Amino acid sequence: MSAMLDLSLRLLAWLVLAPLVPGVINKVKAWVAGRQGPPVLQLYFDLARLWRKGVVVSTLASPGFVIAPAVAWVAVVGAALLLPLAGAGAPASFDGDVLLLVYLLALARFCTAWGAMETGSAFEGMGAAREVSYAVLAEVGIITAVLTLVVQSGSISLATMFAPLPGPSSALLAVGLFIILLAENCRVPFDDPNTHLELTMIHEVMVLDHSGPPLAMILHGASVKLMLFAVLLAQAVLPLSELPLPASMGVLALAVLLTTVAVGLVESLTARLAFRRVPLLLTIGFLFCLFPLLLTWMGDI
Amino acid sequence: MNTLAPFFSFANASRVSWASVPVFSVTKLVRLTGELVRGGARLVAWFGVPDHDETTLVAILAMDDDSILGVARSEPVSGSYPSLTPRFPQAHLFEREVWEQHGLVPDGHPWLKPVRHANGNAPANAPFFRVDGGEVHEVAVGPVHAGVIEPGHFRFQCAGEEVMHLEIALGYQHRGVEEALAGGPHRGTMCQLEAVAGDTTIAHATAHAMVMEALAGVEAPLRAQWIRAAALELERLANHTGDMGALALDVAFLPTSAACGKIRGDFLNLTALLCGNRFGRGLIRPGGCMHDLEPERLATMTERLKTHMADVEQAMTWFWDAASVRVRFRNVGVVHPHQAVAMGLVGPAARACGLVRDVRFDHPAGWHRFSQAPVAVWPSGDIFARARVRSLEVQRSGRYLFEQLGEHVDGELRTALGAPHPEALAVALVEGWRGEVCHVALTGHDGRFRRYKIKDPSFHNWSGLALALRGTAISDFPICNKSFNLSYCGFDL
Repeated sequence: MSAMLDLSLRLLAWLVLAPLVPGVINKVKAWVAGRQGPPVLQLYFDLARLWRKGVVVSTLASPGFVIAPAVAWVAVVGAALLLPLAGAGAPASFDGDVLLLVYLLALARFCTAWGAMETGSAFEGMGAAREVSYAVLAEVGIITAVLTLVVQSGSISLATMFAPLPGPSSALLAVGLFIILLAENCRVPFDDPNTHLELTMIHEVMVLDHSGPPLAMILHGASVKLMLFAVLLAQAVLPLSELPLPASMGVLALAVLLTTVAVGLVESLTARLAFRRVPLLLTIGFLFCLFPLLLTWMGDI
Repeated sequence: MNTLAPFFSFANASRVSWASVPVFSVTKLVRLTGELVRGGARLVAWFGVPDHDETTLVAILAMDDDSILGVARSEPVSGSYPSLTPRFPQAHLFEREVWEQHGLVPDGHPWLKPVRHANGNAPANAPFFRVDGGEVHEVAVGPVHAGVIEPGHFRFQCAGEEVMHLEIALGYQHRGVEEALAGGPHRGTMCQLEAVAGDTTIAHATAHAMVMEALAGVEAPLRAQWIRAAALELERLANHTGDMGALALDVAFLPTSAACGKIRGDFLNLTALLCGNRFGRGLIRPGGCMHDLEPERLATMTERLKTHMADVEQAMTWFWDAASVRVRFRNVGVVHPHQAVAMGLVGPAARACGLVRDVRFDHPAGWHRFSQAPVAVWPSGDIFARARVRSLEVQRSGRYLFEQLGEHVDGELRTALGAPHPEALAVALVEGWRGEVCHVALTGHDGRFRRYKIKDPSFHNWSGLALALRGTAISDFPICNKSFNLSYCGFDL
């Protein structure tokens, strides 16, 4: 019974808190630009509005057009539930669940690309091609980061793998994971979530034809994914499991907030990259994850 | 020495009697035009004048180095004539336009299709150039765009992310401005001309006023010329500032984009301070200006201009200091100088290819005969150069304005405008913020317009944009487009 309650509470926390993250980012951007900006809760209002709307479906599209966003949403939320939350641990854990997490994220991406191809639009096909080609490079970074944690903790289960790394490795990993967070969530400098220019978009262009509840699922899923990466980043670099439960939860929340503000500042102060330079930055992100791995692995020599 | 002989040469903003325009057979006109263009002249206008059932072709050339214009016309023709385009690509759109308006077929034109004529609800400008191949895909953008901008259709032929060819189809806003002017000037003429391209109101209104004054044989009072020059620079400042902000926005660089959006409004408000309208409508009329700049308002304007120039300087500094911004613009969307010459580019787009081409300097008329701002030039031809030229022009326009506003110009604001001279041709070139605005008026025996030809700088420069895209990544199209920022309605007329 208490296991069910625990799971429901976690689900509720992920679903309800996630839309705050883009809200905070937008507030930071507005603040830096000297504007008032949209309310922090704007995404909640948008989701509520979209949920009440009808769906426009292209006559060319198969039912996959609506199914894909739903599957993607469930996959992302499922991946989020696999993550332990600091001292509270994970609701369910088994050896290799970290791979499940990576694959669930890949499934979500596959579904978004699938949904994008459904209408046969040239824009969305272009976006899908960009998304999957950059994902190849971003995933290498994630796997390397996971491998670092696995080597350090000697565990391949998420519940026990967040063992504290020594300071320098931790710092390197933080930078690497932050770059991957920006890439995976299509933030500046990889993509511009605010642009209206279809030709330059990656993620946004893939969802141009979606409307109503499926679009709400996509937007909400994107915010969950952003929070997922922020939580993952915080736990990978901070020794949260050594703190008492309330303190660890507090530090986790603070770390997620700081990451969010950092994303907002990056978006405020840098221009986005030209596409041909994106692989370069992703490779840098990968290297930032690779060096902690080498340090952890060869540290004894 | 008349370097445009055997064309009849004259100066900007002056009148030529129709009888003194040399007449050649159409073949000879094409040959002579070609020879002069090869010799360094630039095609400013090429249009037809209906003559009973036939058409007289008129060619207007500019020899920028000598500050002269030249004009010649053909005998009335129908059917076809040898095309200039295969050897001189700058004639490309002109010949298509003549074909569309008068049915004269340029023999040997490589891409003869309508420019802007409607076919139902869309311009009749399909089919598009296609590149075949298994790896090639076609991307269609517009006419309805994601932002609140004007309608235009862009058809890309891409291999992966690289654009092999871009064809631009316009005409969605064709509203028949030139047709409406025939038999004019009418009561509504000035309002129609101020709306040819709303963001270039001052330049188009000045060009029209200069044409009317030339036809009537009068000159606007010096004080009116002074106000026109100031308003022209205010228009340039507002638009260039807006464009710098838009470029920053398109690469997601928020500081400059947020600041420039606001400062553009400040500059527009200075125009409003001058005449009550942010775009300068109602300021300029043939014969002079409708609003004076009294000493108090002049002082207010100078004071506010100081603040706004400091603001814009700061916003530009953020822009140029950010390496992440500079790297986005370098070597992207390159137009080589020889291409710019061949395509006859004008305005900042030409100056960004290292061409010293500025009507205020090359063909000074009005106030610019007495004082000129230095021409801003940058050699690299890429987006970086186009942005650089704009930001240099903002600086120089600002400095120029301070100098000119400090002048004390006395006198009347308006002069009485007589009836237009019959059977005469008048040409006015004005350097608008996009480049050379050209108005040509031909009067009939009753002194009414027999033909009124308008050419917005966008008419030349859209081809430059298409050229700049070749070999560029399709994701860089928006910044490339923004770096030109051409007018759709000015083209569509």
